[in-house]
Amino acid sequence: MARRPLLPVLAPGVAAFRRETSRPGRYVSAERGETRVATHCCYCGVQCGMYLRVSSNGKVFGVEPRGHDINKLKLCPKGVTAYQQVNHPDRLTKPLMRDRRGEPLREVSWDTALNRVVSEIRRIQQTYGKDAFAVYSGSSLATEKCYLMGKFARVALGTRHIDYNGRLCMVSAAAANKQAFGVDRAANPWSDMLETDVILLLGANVGECFPVATQYFWGARDRGARLITVDPRETPIARTADIHVPLRPGTDAAFCNGVLHVVEREGLVDSEFIASRTSGWDQVRDDLPEYTPERVGHICGLDPALIEKVGLTWGRAARAMAFHARGIEHHIQGVDNCLSVINLCLATGNFGKPGAGYGTITGQGNGQGGREHGQKADQLPGQRSIEDPVHRAHICEVWGISDEELPREGTSAVEMVHQAEAGEIKGWIGICNNPMVSMPNHDRVARGYDALEFHCQIDFFLSETCERADVVLPGTSWAEDEGVSTNAEGRVVKYNKASEPPGEARPDWQIVCEIARRLGHHADKFRFGGPRELFEELRVASAGGEADYSGMTYDRIEETGGIFWPCPSEDHPGTPRLFEERFHHPDGRARFHAIEWRPPAEEVDGKYPLRLTTGRTVAHYLSGNQTRRIDALVQQTPRPWVEVHLSLGFVDGDPVTVTTRRGSATYPALVVSSIRQDTVFIPYHWAGKVAANLMTVDALDPTSRIPEFKVCACRIEMGSEIDVPPPPPVPPGVREYEEVGAFDRSQPSAPQGRGTGRG
Amino acid sequence: MRSKNLFIDPGRCIGCQACVAACRECDSHRGRSMIHLDYVDMGNSSAAMPTVCMHCSDPVAPCAQVCPVDAIPVGPDGVVGTASAELCIGCGNCVHACPFGVPKLDVAEMLQYKCDLCYDRSSQGLLPMCASVCPTDALFYGTYEELLEKRPSAEAVDVFEFGEQAIITGNAVVAPAGRNDAIPGGYSVWSEMDQDPT
Repeated sequence: MARRPLLPVLAPGVAAFRRETSRPGRYVSAERGETRVATHCCYCGVQCGMYLRVSSNGKVFGVEPRGHDINKLKLCPKGVTAYQQVNHPDRLTKPLMRDRRGEPLREVSWDTALNRVVSEIRRIQQTYGKDAFAVYSGSSLATEKCYLMGKFARVALGTRHIDYNGRLCMVSAAAANKQAFGVDRAANPWSDMLETDVILLLGANVGECFPVATQYFWGARDRGARLITVDPRETPIARTADIHVPLRPGTDAAFCNGVLHVVEREGLVDSEFIASRTSGWDQVRDDLPEYTPERVGHICGLDPALIEKVGLTWGRAARAMAFHARGIEHHIQGVDNCLSVINLCLATGNFGKPGAGYGTITGQGNGQGGREHGQKADQLPGQRSIEDPVHRAHICEVWGISDEELPREGTSAVEMVHQAEAGEIKGWIGICNNPMVSMPNHDRVARGYDALEFHCQIDFFLSETCERADVVLPGTSWAEDEGVSTNAEGRVVKYNKASEPPGEARPDWQIVCEIARRLGHHADKFRFGGPRELFEELRVASAGGEADYSGMTYDRIEETGGIFWPCPSEDHPGTPRLFEERFHHPDGRARFHAIEWRPPAEEVDGKYPLRLTTGRTVAHYLSGNQTRRIDALVQQTPRPWVEVHLSLGFVDGDPVTVTTRRGSATYPALVVSSIRQDTVFIPYHWAGKVAANLMTVDALDPTSRIPEFKVCACRIEMGSEIDVPPPPPVPPGVREYEEVGAFDRSQPSAPQGRGTGRG
Repeated sequence: MRSKNLFIDPGRCIGCQACVAACRECDSHRGRSMIHLDYVDMGNSSAAMPTVCMHCSDPVAPCAQVCPVDAIPVGPDGVVGTASAELCIGCGNCVHACPFGVPKLDVAEMLQYKCDLCYDRSSQGLLPMCASVCPTDALFYGTYEELLEKRPSAEAVDVFEFGEQAIITGNAVVAPAGRNDAIPGGYSVWSEMDQDPT
């Protein structure tokens, strides 16, 4: 049998070949008079450090990895391409206005736009009362601006109606932390993960929503830690987990109670910790007999043995940490779900030590900082309560107003939209949010916004919500201003300015201060020269509060790579790990909460037999107003899909119609075995006919007022035409997009996007 | 032989495509990614794997060997470059010769493009863009010792077998523990033909 000879080890002539062409030909030097501005990413709660590359004519043109302590040079595809927003042709560069709804938006001068805003605020407040004007803000703003929005609403407008988009994000965790610990912050820095033995990760698609945080989880496993994931979908981080728990959406509290049942039954609780550091254990323990693995298995759709296994793994760990994200928070039982996780950590004494602790992973860049300094309906700066007389007195003094002038607690974001629908709220300023994609039950959201007599939106791209507004004011991207942001660990980092705003766009703080100046009421309290002056006032306002920033300065933050609050004095190093000695309730003890599992707002029935859950995909961020315009990200994931289990009888690319009691849309099927058979998934970043939030339910958690994005009843059937995502809106004069994602049977190829292996 | 290499660990890959996005940012080929990111277990799991140039060392650079105009440079450090734009005639020989399917041919430009290990960066001590940004170190750049420091149990393989033909590569793949023998590189046409009874 003749065989062809093996290729020679070194082909003839190669040695000479190597010598002659030892230096490759085509390289462009990276260093040509460019400046690199150290900053952080504008997207998720990891807040990766990065350098923006700025050309000699002042334009941001690229990114260079930055070896910051948080991310150690790493970035995700959103982070790598974030800079492309800065000089994007879609940027809003002039104020836009329309006189009547239905007319197109047209470019106007700043004077015309601001005069309209101010006269409408005056008219509406004089006609209907101060509370008839609402402010809806966001947590992707730097903290200085979040602080300003709260002060603007309370002092300049005198309205109680101010809330923020964290209400759609992690506010359940915020409420639970406050109840359990007396403070709302992650208990540990992520580096603590490297010293733990077991990580329990619930409802957190870390690999896609916080890709760079994955290094901490993998780092822990490299050192021998075991990873338990809890998610109806086997997400990238769950794929190789030691234990994956594919539970039914809406059953998290039952699962945690079941795990605690096993821990307690096996005598694995830390009695000394419970006795010395906590209160309320007896009530929790008394309820545990009901949560046998058998019953919990039935509720959660799991093999009871899996609950036993998790209980033993968690309970026997010398040091363990629990992390969660929106998967358990976006429920009408969101606060309870978080509390049931905290119970697990408290019962096993996993707090206040390296490798032992707990945290939520905030979804927005400044999700933590944005919920600390008073743009939340019930809150004043420094995590103070607006209903606490002592807290009110402190802030009244800082702001120089009387207690009578400071409004009381307002209502939550979704409720404000419902109040607009009911005619209680007549005027609205929105900044840094896009509820026409991100709020549940779109028909009702649209009715709310359309019922407003006046709606102004501040943004740097024309979002689907801007598109409906009466006045759109062009603000800045994160690269055109400075300010601080607090990441998911509670670490305060600094954004630096890399370029000037394009066209006539203005920094957001300048726009808001100018509206206050023109309104005239307490105008002297909005004479800020820039973010530094805002930060100086924020330090004073936060002093003595839980989220105490008073010892931080911009210089200190830059020198240290970030300071964890509380930081009460300039010689204080900050507090990376909380609860080492005491919790923040007056008695120093953490509170257990007895949690009784309740079914979701909408249970399945004969007509709607499946559970719909929604979430993110790695190439896009929140409402997609930023990422749906970035070419590379659109190429990766051009459109939404519906993820269904292969047992349901569809094949990839089939037009599958998803219907709930509120809406219906047809998506291409992505058929997988990595999702529960009784659950379907749709990513929510898109607008119009393919918006997942056409279908979601607007039932709210009674405490946190978070909507139940993560579960509602649906049915699916073979459809005919796949709905096409509408192109992102653009301002007048900018070339419009062609329709995006016209149907292609080859897409999507995976939850993370389309592969690049071909072509 | 250079001391630092890429180590590719599919077990850590989350399929996020940060490497693809970062490759596009490389100054020598902005807007064009050289990385093939495949979802390798479609329908069953979210598994993914990046394919970059393996910088074959033995036999050295099949792509360069078959190039009729000697357009593909091989550095003394074993880095196999992108075809020189001045020399490349866009014949596609390299595309066919590569055992890993790495080079891409831009038909409009009639030019070949492939990963050059970010030579402009790595030759100056910077990490290649893909390995710098990879959130999970599924693409790790460094020496084997540096890899072991981070992952004490990691085993790396740089031998691939295509039927009878073994190829030793500059870059390596991290293998599951205890399975560090040569990686079967694919279907061997030659051995199939050899078994023809006629």
